[in-house]
Amino acid sequence: MTPSALPPKKPSLGRNLRRALSITRTLLSVYYAYMVEYRAELMFWVLSGSLPLILLGVWTEAAQGGSFALSSADFARYFLIVFLTRQLTVVWVIWDVEKEVVQGKLSFRLLQPLDPVWHHFAGHAAERLARIPFIAVLIGLFFGLYPEALWMPSPTRLILFVIAVALAFCLRFLAQYTFAMFAFWIERAVAIERFWFLFYLFLSGMAAPLAMFPPAIAQIAMWTPFPYLIYFPVAVLLELDTPVAQGFGVMLLWLGLFGLVNRYLWRKGLQRYSGMGA
Amino acid sequence: MSIIQVHNLTKVYPVAFKQPGLKGTVNHFFNRQYKYVEAVKGVSFELEPGEVVGFLGPNGAGKTTTLKMLTGLIHPSSGDARVSGHVPFKRATPFLRQISLIMGQKQQLIWDLPALDSLKINAAIYGIDNDEAQRRIDELAEMLGLSRQLQQPVRKLSLGERMKAELLAALLHRPTVLFLDEPTLGLDVNAQEAVRRFLRDYNDRYNATLILTSHYMADITALCKRVLLIHQGQLIYDGSLDGLLAQFAPCRAVQLDLGKAYDRAHLETFGPVEQAEGRSVRFLVERDRLTETVSRLLAELDVVDLSVTDPPIEEVIGQVFEQGQVADQGLAPVMTDSSSPSI
Repeated sequence: MTPSALPPKKPSLGRNLRRALSITRTLLSVYYAYMVEYRAELMFWVLSGSLPLILLGVWTEAAQGGSFALSSADFARYFLIVFLTRQLTVVWVIWDVEKEVVQGKLSFRLLQPLDPVWHHFAGHAAERLARIPFIAVLIGLFFGLYPEALWMPSPTRLILFVIAVALAFCLRFLAQYTFAMFAFWIERAVAIERFWFLFYLFLSGMAAPLAMFPPAIAQIAMWTPFPYLIYFPVAVLLELDTPVAQGFGVMLLWLGLFGLVNRYLWRKGLQRYSGMGA
Repeated sequence: MSIIQVHNLTKVYPVAFKQPGLKGTVNHFFNRQYKYVEAVKGVSFELEPGEVVGFLGPNGAGKTTTLKMLTGLIHPSSGDARVSGHVPFKRATPFLRQISLIMGQKQQLIWDLPALDSLKINAAIYGIDNDEAQRRIDELAEMLGLSRQLQQPVRKLSLGERMKAELLAALLHRPTVLFLDEPTLGLDVNAQEAVRRFLRDYNDRYNATLILTSHYMADITALCKRVLLIHQGQLIYDGSLDGLLAQFAPCRAVQLDLGKAYDRAHLETFGPVEQAEGRSVRFLVERDRLTETVSRLLAELDVVDLSVTDPPIEEVIGQVFEQGQVADQGLAPVMTDSSSPSI
């Protein structure tokens, strides 16, 4: 009996859910194995995200000599959590998608009944798991060097932080994946990400807490996606002065907006795809 | 009912072009110009379930573009295609579950992990449970002569082993329509033969429809009863391999070893002499005059040995493409032989 002769199975919620779980489990386990193959490189990738720790040194020194709203220990804590948030929200999907589109490697993914985005998403999620031991070592080292910065956040804030970081990762991933869709039109979509990164660097709170910005700029920035990629999760954990419910609401709005634009560009882009080289 | 129906399929690509040198570069920057290349022009054909069809053409003829349209990877500019009743470009799940595209030298397996890991992903995506996936892997691995290689990182496999593992990955969901683009490219003779044998077995076992492009005529002659010839984006022949020879090679070669030497002028009274060296002579004789000519040769010459052969298929196809049968002679876009399905 040929497969086509089999009676078609009726799709059911239970079967779809089981399939989704099976795909998630398999993708995570295989991509985790893949990332572990690069364990040596992973250490360097973690260290390459140490800019917040360098800025930490600069700002804690400055705080000792100047009059800032945050104390030296506050700055140390702030940049440590910036470092952690950055580590947990690193995204490189645009480089992978650009290569797949330009070199035609997307073809194999398009032949399977699973949206290619899930391969990338699972790859990023699995990489986070592989990265955690290195991050834990660096954080332990940090508290060894700055024992005065050690504190215990409240369980509620910890839970909110985990949710905020997860959403920040999704937002950064979706934004970059949306820019990656331009690879169907231009050969170097990465240029868009580089331009975006300029704003990300200053408005995300990576270089300085938004509380240090002129109030008008900080207020405007809070309606852009940038502060939600770093500053907002950090502010949630450190209980800085920021509206939590509104912050989650704005994040969800940006996620929805990027989601809509992404799907539109994906459909239009596929019509232009020529599968060059494959 | 036909499993693949293609009607007037056309694909036009815009291609940017620039003149060489600084002036050309500046012009290209400010005023980019495109020309439109018709990669596939009004191609039509049908395939029945279980057929194995060779898709032949020189580089750039439009073979791969056609396969990409039939697998839903690219959007046709005009025309219709149906594969198992589905419009390929919609990429509906039931369609994707029934097809597979295998490209020689292109890989879907994860390079740094054993092939088994990629197979696990494919099994999950196609909703094949673990036991069933293992059964299928064992079965296909046996047909392909693979075993321990599946547990080695893909980068450590030889080209032939990697191609077999790619085939396994592409067929785990048991597709009923296979598109193969140069599946034996770069493989040694033994590996080529193994891949051909496997494809033949797969076709027998699952009544799968295969359409394959290859520059190795051995692939085509071993697997395909029917061939489609495409040249400059147009289909110029659809029919059997034998029919192709009859149509495009109207002469057969008659090789003679003679007991004594004859004048060339005398030999040419029997037909065009392709080659004459001492007592060895080669005639080109039209098929409908073959019996009569051979009888005359045997009766009138001192013949020691005689053999009749078809010209090599590569030679015939090469001549067809060289002559550009359609464009130059203004013939109908598709010629079929009597044994081919009507289109």
